Amino acid sequence: MLELTVAIFMLLSLILYALMGGADFGGGMWDLLAAGPRAVRQRKAIAKAIGPIWEANHVWLILVVVLLFTGFPAGFAGMMTALNIPLTAMLIGIVLRGSAFIFRNYDSGSATTQRHWSEVFGVASFCTPFFQGMILGALTTGQIRIENGQIMSGFFAGWLTPFALACGVFALGLFAFLAATYLTLDTQDQPDLQNDFRRRALWSGLTLAPIAGVVFLASKQGAPEMYNGLTHWWAPLLLVWTSLMSVAALVALWRRWFALARIAAISQVTLILVGWCLAQYPNLVTPDLTVSNAHAPEITLRLLVLALGAGAIVLLPSLAFLFHLFKGKETR
Amino acid sequence: MTDFFFARSQMAMSLAFHIIFAALGIGMPLLMAIAEGMYLRTSKPVYLDLSKRWSRGTAILFAVGAVSGTVLSFELGLLWPGFMKMAGAIIGMPFSLEGFAFFTEAIFIGVYLYGWNRLSPLTHWLSGLIVAVSGIFSGIFVVTANAWMNAPAGFKMVDGQFTEIDPIAAMFNPASFHEVLHMTLAAFVATGFAVAAVHAFFLRRDRDNLFHRCALGIALAVACVSIPLQILSGDYSARVVGRLQPAKLAAMEAHYRTQTGAPLLLGGIPNNETRTTDYALSIPAGLSLLLDDDPNARVVGLEEFPQTNWPNVRIVHWSFDLMVAAGMALLALAAWSGCLWWKGRPLAGHPRLLYALVAAGPLGFVAIEAGWIVTEVGRQPWIIYGVMRTENAVTPMPGIVAPFVIFTALYIFLAFIVFFLLRRQFIETAGPVSESSATQTHA
Repeated sequence: MLELTVAIFMLLSLILYALMGGADFGGGMWDLLAAGPRAVRQRKAIAKAIGPIWEANHVWLILVVVLLFTGFPAGFAGMMTALNIPLTAMLIGIVLRGSAFIFRNYDSGSATTQRHWSEVFGVASFCTPFFQGMILGALTTGQIRIENGQIMSGFFAGWLTPFALACGVFALGLFAFLAATYLTLDTQDQPDLQNDFRRRALWSGLTLAPIAGVVFLASKQGAPEMYNGLTHWWAPLLLVWTSLMSVAALVALWRRWFALARIAAISQVTLILVGWCLAQYPNLVTPDLTVSNAHAPEITLRLLVLALGAGAIVLLPSLAFLFHLFKGKETR
Repeated sequence: MTDFFFARSQMAMSLAFHIIFAALGIGMPLLMAIAEGMYLRTSKPVYLDLSKRWSRGTAILFAVGAVSGTVLSFELGLLWPGFMKMAGAIIGMPFSLEGFAFFTEAIFIGVYLYGWNRLSPLTHWLSGLIVAVSGIFSGIFVVTANAWMNAPAGFKMVDGQFTEIDPIAAMFNPASFHEVLHMTLAAFVATGFAVAAVHAFFLRRDRDNLFHRCALGIALAVACVSIPLQILSGDYSARVVGRLQPAKLAAMEAHYRTQTGAPLLLGGIPNNETRTTDYALSIPAGLSLLLDDDPNARVVGLEEFPQTNWPNVRIVHWSFDLMVAAGMALLALAAWSGCLWWKGRPLAGHPRLLYALVAAGPLGFVAIEAGWIVTEVGRQPWIIYGVMRTENAVTPMPGIVAPFVIFTALYIFLAFIVFFLLRRQFIETAGPVSESSATQTHA
């Protein structure tokens, strides 16, 4: 049970990373795609929205990794070996994105330099979540084979399949949609910008539907265990609920109920990740590493759960304070 | 050159890069908090200006430290999966706690940097204090994990597997205390002297600049308080290392033969063939005295260990001497500054001291890098001292030269950008007078 608790905490951190860090990536994508007469103001609004919170948002990823290697050391070792290449690519993206954003903020140099940093920031914001989606997809394909801790399937298994690639594209679309939806609330005092982001949110939200379809179709061949997992009794319920939330988000955006749209978009992303996780359960790396065969000894798990509890006591009020301080106005 | 070599090089390069930002991430928030605290007490606007300027630099350094730290948390598995698979359950604990400490730091640095106009002055100052404290804690937790690699504790080894593991005992392993103390103080020493050097640089041309005088005062105070403590903690560390890792200590001192009344060897060229250290400055009975307060004490030499278990003696010995020399130079500088201050002489009006401070600016970081090499190269050939050899932990992934080259190029590029951005921050700080002086000097 303890290993399941740690796994649930990992899922929670992953969801929060997608909701917060993911939206920062989306912000970077819209920065690169900023166009039209208001491009400069769009970029400013994006930078203002993510400036105070992006450092904290990205610690969720570190938390996922730390929980993984403490709670499931064998799972961590397996993933880091089999997916070495896409993980390295993702890290390069993370380094470039984070540093380009801060360099742009503090570089008072010429407009050309500013534009270059913007480009690096934007391109890295596109690449990183693509690799992240790809990596999560690869874990599900069942093509990564591990025997006695040795990777039998080489270093290219799983992540180059159509299914994993579709997952990468889906992650991109999801984060872009999430960011545009949040930005409609961040730009409430500038109706023209709000309109821009509303339009972007609607378009990216609509595009998500066919991509989700492709992911689902690709999973039949590309991730058979997950596909079969989706035939459980709860799967149709979850699917309907997720679809309802997606439609609700789009309707709310259309009707300009932006606060509601944000809630619906958050629910949508959460449900997608929960659904992925339930279909994947109990596998960490399908099919050889599972929650029950890759976990750490009980004492480690128990201490880890205690540490998580204690950490949450410090963390949650601090986070609440941060978001209240910088995001509080829009919701009130 | 093998993948193993490149894996070690990539890890070494990543840590050498990250440690600078990590140390500044511990030191800078303290300087900021002191400056802002002075403002709250005295209401002098110069202190407010100072904490704002410092916080801009800190924002850049923190961001680069955060991304390079993220890379490291993955590299543990990308490069050393064999190690993480065995050790993750034991040392995951301090890493998890570090995760929370770093999270707190990241949250409050956002609050601090963007909250100047949204918080009461006291709340703002407190959030800066939280950044400083959580930065210290995240450093402490990470270093305990490294200490465990040097002095593994909290498990039993049965058939090559860890059993009866005790993560708490692992965290409070015998090397934790001295490593944590030495590294935390090192962060304050290095940050203090580096910041002092920057402001001393501008004061040479513009000695009445109030801004730089206040900045120099705070930075130098932190540095001068920390350095004597650091020398003491270094002495204590060497004694503990002598007890826990005698082969490492013998390599640090280039001490091949076990003997009583062992001399202290400074510099020289350690020679594994002849098992002597040539051209060294030898202080009779010095090593015995330093380790045991007894000139006749017996000190174990490298010869007691099979040569396959020796670290690279030259690198470890030279790095150790470099670290000690840098530390001693900074101590002397601190003593000089302290004397002038005691006599009531204004430090900013003393051109020779200012020159010396500028020259000594990088020394704290030289000592950190050299000390880190002593700890890590001195631990070789073990990744877990006496338990697991580094070569058995490396990833089976071929072609590690590629990520090594990419990350090295990336980090060199980042280092250049950070340098120029920081320089620009300081030049903005200095105003027109010092800007001209800066361009003259750099031209």
